[in-house]
Order: sequence, then C-alpha cells, then structure tokens
Amino acid sequence: MTATLEPAAQSTLDAAVTLSSVRKSFGHGANSVLALDGVDLRVAPGEFVCLLGASGCGKSTLLNLVAGLDAPTSGSIRLTTSRPAVMFQEAALMPWLTAARNVELPLRLAGLKRGARREKAGELLSLVRLAEAGHKRPHELSGGMRQRVALARALASTLGSAEEGTPGLLLMDEPFAALDAITRDVLQAELVRVWRETSTAILFVTHDVREAVRLAQRVVLLSSRPGRVVREWSTVDGDEPALINDITTRLREVISGHAAA
Amino acid sequence: MATPRLDNDLAAVGAGLDALDAPNQEQRPSLGRRFLRTAVPPLIAFALLLGVWQALWAAAFWPEYQLPSPSSVWAAVAEAIETGRALDVLWTSVHRAVLGFLTAVLIATPLGLLIAKVRVVRAAIGSLLSGLQSLPSVAWVPAGILWFGATPSTIYFVVLMGSVPSIANGLVAGVDQIPPLLPRVGQALGAGRLAAARHILLPAALPGYLAGLKQGWAFSWRSLMAAEIIATSPQLGEGLGQYLHNGSSLNDISMVIAAIFLILLVGVGIELLLFRPLERAVLRARGLTGAL
Ligand SMILES: Nc1ncnc2c1ncn2[C@@H]1O[C@H](COP(=O)(O)OP(=O)(O)O)[C@@H](O)[C@H]1O
Ligand SMILES: [Mg+2]
Repeated sequence: MTATLEPAAQSTLDAAVTLSSVRKSFGHGANSVLALDGVDLRVAPGEFVCLLGASGCGKSTLLNLVAGLDAPTSGSIRLTTSRPAVMFQEAALMPWLTAARNVELPLRLAGLKRGARREKAGELLSLVRLAEAGHKRPHELSGGMRQRVALARALASTLGSAEEGTPGLLLMDEPFAALDAITRDVLQAELVRVWRETSTAILFVTHDVREAVRLAQRVVLLSSRPGRVVREWSTVDGDEPALINDITTRLREVISGHAAA
Repeated sequence: MATPRLDNDLAAVGAGLDALDAPNQEQRPSLGRRFLRTAVPPLIAFALLLGVWQALWAAAFWPEYQLPSPSSVWAAVAEAIETGRALDVLWTSVHRAVLGFLTAVLIATPLGLLIAKVRVVRAAIGSLLSGLQSLPSVAWVPAGILWFGATPSTIYFVVLMGSVPSIANGLVAGVDQIPPLLPRVGQALGAGRLAAARHILLPAALPGYLAGLKQGWAFSWRSLMAAEIIATSPQLGEGLGQYLHNGSSLNDISMVIAAIFLILLVGVGIELLLFRPLERAVLRARGLTGAL
C-alpha cells in the first residue's frame, strides 16, 4: 500500500472527532422531535467506523451535525481534522460541470490555483479509477461512476483544503444504498482500497448489517427515538457470520422494542 | 488486505460495469440533416401562407386597401430597404430594445435573487411581480408620457416595466427548482454565501433564468413596439413602431403589413439566432435533451 495523496502521518492526537452528550431536537414546544439524545462517540484518526441503525433513528442527523451542516441542541462536537468531506446517498454532482470540474469545485472554493486544481483532481480521479472519464458530464456516467466521482469530490474537499499532515475525515450517508448489488459490491471494495491509500478516517452510515461488518473496523449501533449509542462491536478479530448474526439480533431487539411503545 | 491479484480482478469487474452501465450517447445528426429537420418545415409553412394570401388577393374578397397583394408588400419592404429607411428604422428600434433589455437584465437579476432567497422580500413583492407580468405594458405608455413626456425616457420606462418582471420571475422559478441537495452539497464543500450564489445557485438556476431572459426579450420587443406606436414625436426619431404608425396615417396597408413583417422578423430572428441555440447548448450539456 502506498500513500499517494497524503503522507501517512502518525497523528499524535487520539481522536479525529469526539462527540460528547450530543442532543438534537427539531422544532419547538409540543411538536418537537428529539432525534438524538446523549450521543457519545469517538472516531480515531484513520479509523473506519460504521454507524448502524433502523430508518429514522437519527443517523443522517448525526452525520449532518459532524459535517457542520446543522448545530446540536446541546453537547459538543470536537474535530481535529480538516473540514470533513460528505457523501450522500445520491451523488449530487453539479449537472453543468464535467466530472473533472466537479472534483475541482471544492478546490476552487478553497482558492487553489488552476494548475494545482487540475493536478489534484486528476490524481483523485485516478484514485477512483476514472482518469479517462474526467471530460464526461454526469448524465453520461453510470450510477456507480457518479458515486465514485462524488467520492473523489468529497476527498478533494477534505484533502485539498488541508495542510499536509492534517488527518482527513470522510462522512458517508448510505452512499451505496441506491446502487445495484454488483456495483455496490465493487464500490465497497473500492472504498476500502481508497481508505487504505489515503489513511483518512471514515464515519459511514448504513442500515445494512452485512455492509457495516464488511467495511468497518468498528460497528456502532444506534437506537431509535431518541437515537443513542446502544452497543459497539469491533470487527478486527472475530468471525464475520457470527458477528453479523449477533448484530442483527440486537438490531431487531432495538426495533421491536418500539412496537410496544 | 487485498492481494494485487484480487485488486486486478476488482478493477476488471469495475471496468466491465462502467462499460455496460454507462448510458449510450445518441449521435448528433449531421448538419445537413439537422437543417432539413428544423429549417424546412417552417419554410414550407411560410410558402403555403404566401400561396393562400396570393389566392385570397386574386379572388378579390376584400378591397385592395384592406388586403394588398404579397408583391406590393414586398415592394414596400424593398423600397424601404433601397432608400436606407429600413436600416435606419431597424437600427433605431433594435438598439433601443437591446439597450432596454440589457438594463432590464441588470435590474432583474439582483432583484430576482433577492426575491428567491430573502423571505420577507418574496412575501412583500413576489406576487406583485408575477401580477405585473400579466399587465400589458402598453398600459404604462400614458403614464410614461405624463411623467417623462414623449421622450426616449418614456420608451425605456415602458420597456423596463415590460421585461423586468419576466426576467426576475424566470430567475425565481429557476432558483425554486434547484434540487435542495445541491446547495447542501455546496455548503459541505465549503462554499460561503457568495461563493454558493456564484458557483451553485446561479449555474443551477440557469435553465429557468434563460427561459426568463427569452421571455424578457419578447416582452422588451413588444413593449417597445407599443411605446413607439403610441408615443410619436420628432424627438423620438423613426423606429419600427413609428413606421407602422405612419403607414396607418397614410392609409398605406402595404406599408403597415411591411412594418408588421419587419417587427416579426426581428423578434423571430433574435429568438432563433440567439436564445434558441443558447438554450439548446445549456440543456444539452446537462443531458436534458427531451425537449429539443
Ligand atoms: N429537519 C427536520 N425537522 C424535523 N424533524 C426531523 C428533521 N430531520 C430529521 N428529523 C427527524 O429526526 C429523526 C431522525 O431522522 P434521520 O436522521 O433522517 O434518520 P435516519 O437517517 O437514521 O433515517 C426522524 O424521526 C426525523 O423525522
Ligand atoms: Mg438517513
């Protein structure tokens, strides 16, 4: 494995992001919805963490808070990384820009010069194996290719704006959920490869237990209404099928716990 | 850890998927074929119209001073061209319309952005602006004459009242139709308010904005003609509207129809030469080829 984009700097900091007793409610008064209540979570630099939970349990809300797109009602979120990169379920590429220009966009917003932008965007496109497709428009790409361009663009926003050595953080909100099974399979492997090559930390949201176990070093289960961290599993040592079983059972318990309420 | 071999397999599967999955690009038909498809039908329609006109004239249903022959109208146009009058008249009107239109763009663009993005402004003047669109701009001519006299100011005032609402409304519609995810992505990529407006909001709203510009041009041209036909004075010189007005005063139906023909020619010409290709290029670049 070679780190082509950033020196694999061993960070002395012990966390890329730390959430302490984060609460988030939407609306006011009687109609307010408590989406997250007392979430504590730490992601180490370069760590790959999957956030697992049923639909509507507050995964996207949590990710938006970390991304800074929304502010917590109370509690604190501390980031030691450069601006986190965000990837959504839809690629959301700018339809009027070519793939390469889409990747350049965050670099442009960060004020990079044209030559530097081109070079960096080229590197990132080759990283997601799309070096040949830079001149294409989003509508000329398949769903999987679009999602890879979105990945390259997200990486550009975190790596491109950082000074050398700052750890990156990539936030992904069910990025492969809308893809067909074969494409998803390939992209999962691509993501793991990119993660190893860039040594960026990843916080990956999914409702798919298999995906979580396959990708992450650590799986964090979130309860629903309000969202809280229920349990964590490490996937580093342990046999996969047993772990999947275990997590699935626990997830079912959490969900069926709501039937009575 | 993925072994290099597995890595290569993956790359091969990925490349296969890319090749299978990427949408096919339809070939653009050749230039000659496109010409055949787009220019020939209107030409045939025009020829038919001329034929019907000639036949009606030959049948003498109406007296000559109401329905002139195509050839006498053509003679009026040819005479105006030969004496250089047509060029003067066209120049006077077209440069007024273009100047008025550009001013309207400068006013309507920030106005549209404000209405689209600031809730109070939208609540205050949003519906007024849509309402103004349905007000015929000729209604402003009397007021303009009372305020500014029969001067170019009146003419520009009427043109602005006609075109600013269309352009601003087009921009508002364009902004309203932006998928909400795009501005969020912009924010996540680190765009501030101004950068977001420039790099995301405006380009994303471009199709709606262009539609507004197109309509704004049509309204400019129409309002200008209305103003020129009604407000005539030596101070204003002779534009197409005055030419039409003069034809009517002289009871010269050939001149009147020649003027209408020239007015149409400019309107259609700008639409076909400027706005249509622009709109096409913008929509095609975004893969929105359905309407073309
Ligand atoms: N902007 C909002 N206004 C009101 N309620 C919201 C808003 N966003 C999310 N919620 C509520 O917060 C809860 C968590 O939503 P979300 O984070 O989208 O869940 P997930 O991504 O896990 O499916 C849901 O009950 C949802 O209805
Ligand atoms: Mg969600």
